[in-house]
Amino acid sequence: MAKDLRKTLADLKEDEALAIVKERLDAGADPMGILNDASSAMEIVGERFSKSEYFIPDLIYSGEILKKINELVKPKLSGEGGVKAGGKVIIGTVAGDIHDIGKDIVVFMLDVSGFDVIDLGVDVPAKKFVDTINETSAQVVGLSGFLTLAYDSMKQTIEAIKAAGLRDKTKIMIGGGQMSDEIKKYTGADAFGKDAVVGVSLARKWTGTK
Amino acid sequence: MVKEWAEMTSEEKHEALFAKWIAPKDPDGNDLKFQSPQAEKAFKESITRIKDAIQMKKLPDRVPVFVAPSFFPAYYAGITPQEAMYDYDKCCMAFKKFIMDFEPDGNLGAYVPGPGKFFEILDYKLYSWPGHGVAPEQSYQCNEGEYMTADEYDKLIEDPSNYFTHSYLPRVFGKLDGFQMLPTLTGIVEMYGVAMNFIPFGLPPVQATYKALFDAGAEALKWMGAMGAFNSEITAAGYPIIAAGFTKAPFDVVGDTLRGTRGVMVDMYRQPDKLLEAMDRLTPLMIKMGIDTAMMAGHPIIFMPLHKGADGFLSDEQFKKFYWPTFKKVMMGLIAEGVVPMPAAEGHWTTRLEIMSDLPKGKTLWMIDQSDIAKAKKTIGKVGCLFGNVPSDLLVVGTPQQVKDYVKNLIDTCAKGGGYIVSNGAFFDQAKPENVHAMVDAAREYGVY
Repeated sequence: MAKDLRKTLADLKEDEALAIVKERLDAGADPMGILNDASSAMEIVGERFSKSEYFIPDLIYSGEILKKINELVKPKLSGEGGVKAGGKVIIGTVAGDIHDIGKDIVVFMLDVSGFDVIDLGVDVPAKKFVDTINETSAQVVGLSGFLTLAYDSMKQTIEAIKAAGLRDKTKIMIGGGQMSDEIKKYTGADAFGKDAVVGVSLARKWTGTK
Repeated sequence: MVKEWAEMTSEEKHEALFAKWIAPKDPDGNDLKFQSPQAEKAFKESITRIKDAIQMKKLPDRVPVFVAPSFFPAYYAGITPQEAMYDYDKCCMAFKKFIMDFEPDGNLGAYVPGPGKFFEILDYKLYSWPGHGVAPEQSYQCNEGEYMTADEYDKLIEDPSNYFTHSYLPRVFGKLDGFQMLPTLTGIVEMYGVAMNFIPFGLPPVQATYKALFDAGAEALKWMGAMGAFNSEITAAGYPIIAAGFTKAPFDVVGDTLRGTRGVMVDMYRQPDKLLEAMDRLTPLMIKMGIDTAMMAGHPIIFMPLHKGADGFLSDEQFKKFYWPTFKKVMMGLIAEGVVPMPAAEGHWTTRLEIMSDLPKGKTLWMIDQSDIAKAKKTIGKVGCLFGNVPSDLLVVGTPQQVKDYVKNLIDTCAKGGGYIVSNGAFFDQAKPENVHAMVDAAREYGVY
């Protein structure tokens, strides 16, 4: 009898988790079932991170294990993956700033919390945010930045969203190394999140998901 | 009688380095001529103030003040970071204006921008800089990557210099491609067959690499000429430079430079023993790097930017196991040679403060960014001098009065008993000049003991 994939992955036991996946695939198990277990394991990882039982290395390592599981499962998959139940969130590091570690952690946490995350990457021009809001009708936008230079870039991005007539339809959160509530006011954002956990709870609040 | 360096105790070396710092030489090795007796007095007073704050044996006359910017002096002088990196005269002009206008007790020289053309000649990939991956108005930014692959720990451990030469350097400098073909130099030991080792130097890719190196060397020399003249000028004007150079915590060497954040974090699970062994191997090299720079500059302070050990980046156990032991060893190695480590705890390090307090008293100088400063005073502050904590956001969007109030509160919290220097907490690009003035003024106003 195969051990519990959910628990093994959530406990970051890489070799065991991969062995379970192989065993289940060899036994002809439904690949979607495996992915569902993996994704609920990632939810547990996210919860443990929120409770400060897990730290950034645990998130990153769980992501690495998940990547390997996906590699094993993918060849057996027929159709598309499941649709995300949470709302849509657009995330990007603002123009002029190419830092991504913090942004990637927020993307990870939103993703495991069930959000449909549109990650625009780094050095994202204001127009790209505006276009993506138009294309996706996302209600939540996350602006990331590490440098003091990002303050103005965030401000300009939010002004561009406003000029496009989209400000009332979107909630905007900011985050990053030198951000604060003062910078939230300066940029015209709706909220500042000091870490990824706050980012997720803001997105939940704004989209009305639990 | 002057004792030979090797015969001195750590304490004597420590004092000897401070003595060198306070009595600077000109490029010919003679006593530097100050611009005026007032400049000489100001220089010596600032260093004495900093020294007293670091050593924690007696109170300085007042709380010293540092201003530690990134590209702020360029913006302040109305030039772009790109201009600061490519026009060394403009760079020096900007940093000189910055120092003369704000008059801090300690400054970082004009080294921050670095020589743009040099990076270009060697096709540097570890960073994007203005005009090369980021806009001319932006500061340079790191391109993290797995420049060392997960399976290369043994090569690094076996011979770090050889690994850097053959593998790491060609990956981060496009033009050092030819280094991959170089011989292992420790194989050059005998008459017989010795010429074989030199064959690579006859090959076009290696020669192209050396051509680039000659050009890069010439450019580095040109830049250093400008920096040297700048240092002499601001020293003669009475303004001390805080640090001689830098070294790093071994975990950050692996996490920033070689394996990247993702790489080093995954290695803690998949190959912890290799990671620990590699850091042990790097430790004496990092100690030597700091000591050599301090000796060459005749200056006691060596900067250590800290990155991947911040709050949340590691669990407590991971910090104790992977980050702290070799970081501490590097600091102790510097201290043994009289050098003062100056770690900059960038971001939040509140959960690390207690662990990092396990150090001898009066030998370290800590830059604190957003960590809980009251807790820092009660922990590290008991053994080491603290500076920083004036937040970047306050300097950008606050008012001068808010900055003054913040600094006053900092002085109330931290300055009692000495061991505190007023300063910004993170190397900043943007700020309202009046807020930077307010920070310096507040130190002078409220910081008198």
